[in-house]
Amino acid sequence: MELLGYYNYWVFAVVLMIGFYAVIAKVNLIKKLIGLSIFQSAVFLMYITMDKVEGGTAPIIQEGVSDQIFSNPLPQVLILTAIVVGVSTLALGLAIVVRINEVYGSIEETDILDMDRKG
Amino acid sequence: MIIVSGIFLLTLLAIIAVAIVRTKNLFVAVMLTSIFSLLMAANFFILDAADVALTEAAVGAGVTTVIFLSALSLTAERERSITRKRYLAIFVVVVTTLVLIYATFDKPRLGDPQAPVHQHVAPWYLEKTPEFIGIPNVVTAVLGSFRGYDTLGEVFVVFTACIGVLFLLGSRRGPEYAVYEPSPGNTGLSHHLIPKVVSRLLVPFIVLFGLYVQFHGEYGPGGGFQAGSIVAAGIILHALIEGEAAALAAVPRAALLGMVVGGAMLYGLVGLAGLVLGGNFLDYSVLLSDPIAGQQLGILLIEAGVGVTVCGAILLIFHAFAARELV
Amino acid sequence: MAGVIDGLSWILLSVGGMFVFIGGVGTLRLPNFYTRMHAASLTDSMATLLILPGIMLQAGWSLATIKLLAILVFLLLTGPTASYALANAALLSGMKPEESRQTVGDKTSAS
Repeated sequence: MELLGYYNYWVFAVVLMIGFYAVIAKVNLIKKLIGLSIFQSAVFLMYITMDKVEGGTAPIIQEGVSDQIFSNPLPQVLILTAIVVGVSTLALGLAIVVRINEVYGSIEETDILDMDRKG
Repeated sequence: MIIVSGIFLLTLLAIIAVAIVRTKNLFVAVMLTSIFSLLMAANFFILDAADVALTEAAVGAGVTTVIFLSALSLTAERERSITRKRYLAIFVVVVTTLVLIYATFDKPRLGDPQAPVHQHVAPWYLEKTPEFIGIPNVVTAVLGSFRGYDTLGEVFVVFTACIGVLFLLGSRRGPEYAVYEPSPGNTGLSHHLIPKVVSRLLVPFIVLFGLYVQFHGEYGPGGGFQAGSIVAAGIILHALIEGEAAALAAVPRAALLGMVVGGAMLYGLVGLAGLVLGGNFLDYSVLLSDPIAGQQLGILLIEAGVGVTVCGAILLIFHAFAARELV
Repeated sequence: MAGVIDGLSWILLSVGGMFVFIGGVGTLRLPNFYTRMHAASLTDSMATLLILPGIMLQAGWSLATIKLLAILVFLLLTGPTASYALANAALLSGMKPEESRQTVGDKTSAS
């Protein structure tokens, strides 16, 4: 039962590294961006795992109910910002990939490097 | 019971992540990414983060999928398989995973109330929110008022990403750099009767729900980011069914540009109004005679600015991708 | 009275869960894309109609019930539309209902 408290963190480590593997080992540019978005989601999971308090509820203060245990609102604020920033950079990255495809004709990294080397 | 469903969902996450990386068909990978985001939203909800779950579902499973699919339609659909093995990458990944798992044993276990993260600033926010700001949703209070400067930066990041995408994709390819107008013959999917009728029924309710989420951000989960994404999703549905020209006739490009700029400017102006009226930058207490009412007015205005900017930015990015011709 | 409501919602939730399970098994085991669509759309319609009223009975007369009713109507509208759009897309892209049979059932028809 003690170990089950760490299961969130282990899944975070596994998913983080799966996303990282997609970024470094895959050749297709869109696959790399998908791996990056998986990487970001795993980081969000770790932050939100930290905010849970045993027996708490979502941090919405209801009138007339006092002495309620709340979960921590602070990591939630950070992750709200991070999700939107992540989507913005993803949109920009995909626009760059579309332009690369128009200029080079392919989105595989090996093809692009070959074309660059040939001048 | 929560523990069992939590463990089940987390294991599903890891399985889907492996499936995303291994599949060669990019369309399948994008669909699995959207399922991954939805499962992540369910996980966030189990961990008591209601606002974050709503944002992840609206932005991650909704908007990200649309942007990925529009980019996929302009590039290839299959990935070429690599011929040589990546032993070094696998080795690095496995070693780093083991090191991370070893490091997690130092972390406090899930739900520990004595963890350091719950000790310093968080109880102060939970205590002082009814006193200084008086709205029930503590996350919106912290986001809008106590940490309002961060949210200002975030709105500007969305604005910058929108400008970046417009620079890259907004102009016609070739020597004449004019803004592309969609051909009037493009009618989208309007010859499919069932999706057309159902989407005509649904689009007004989607926009209404977006407005509900916007204005209830202070009383429950909600706020500007989620609301902007939901309204943008409704208009994107209209664009997919009736054709892009119809969506641009409904909400023209000039209006979208005005929305993006106006929302960010509204946020900045509220901050400057605090400065002009005698307080600090982004100090809402001086906006009205009663400080608590001033804080609530300030949060209402900035959430409106955020929602308008996010909606306009997502729609401009979608139109930029959709208008790009395939060679 | 509370016991009757509880028992009724238990029955609704378990039968709805059974339909989800049947839909899942069908999606994996049926041989053909179009037959799998039948199984998948079972989850959209029948399971929604059973599980959401089960939760509504647990929520009682409150705002949550109205919101659950709105979710029910929304899912009943969009679920079958999605199944239709998927099957239509498959038909338009050329997948014929007879050709996509896997060899599971062909052993009996070969004789």
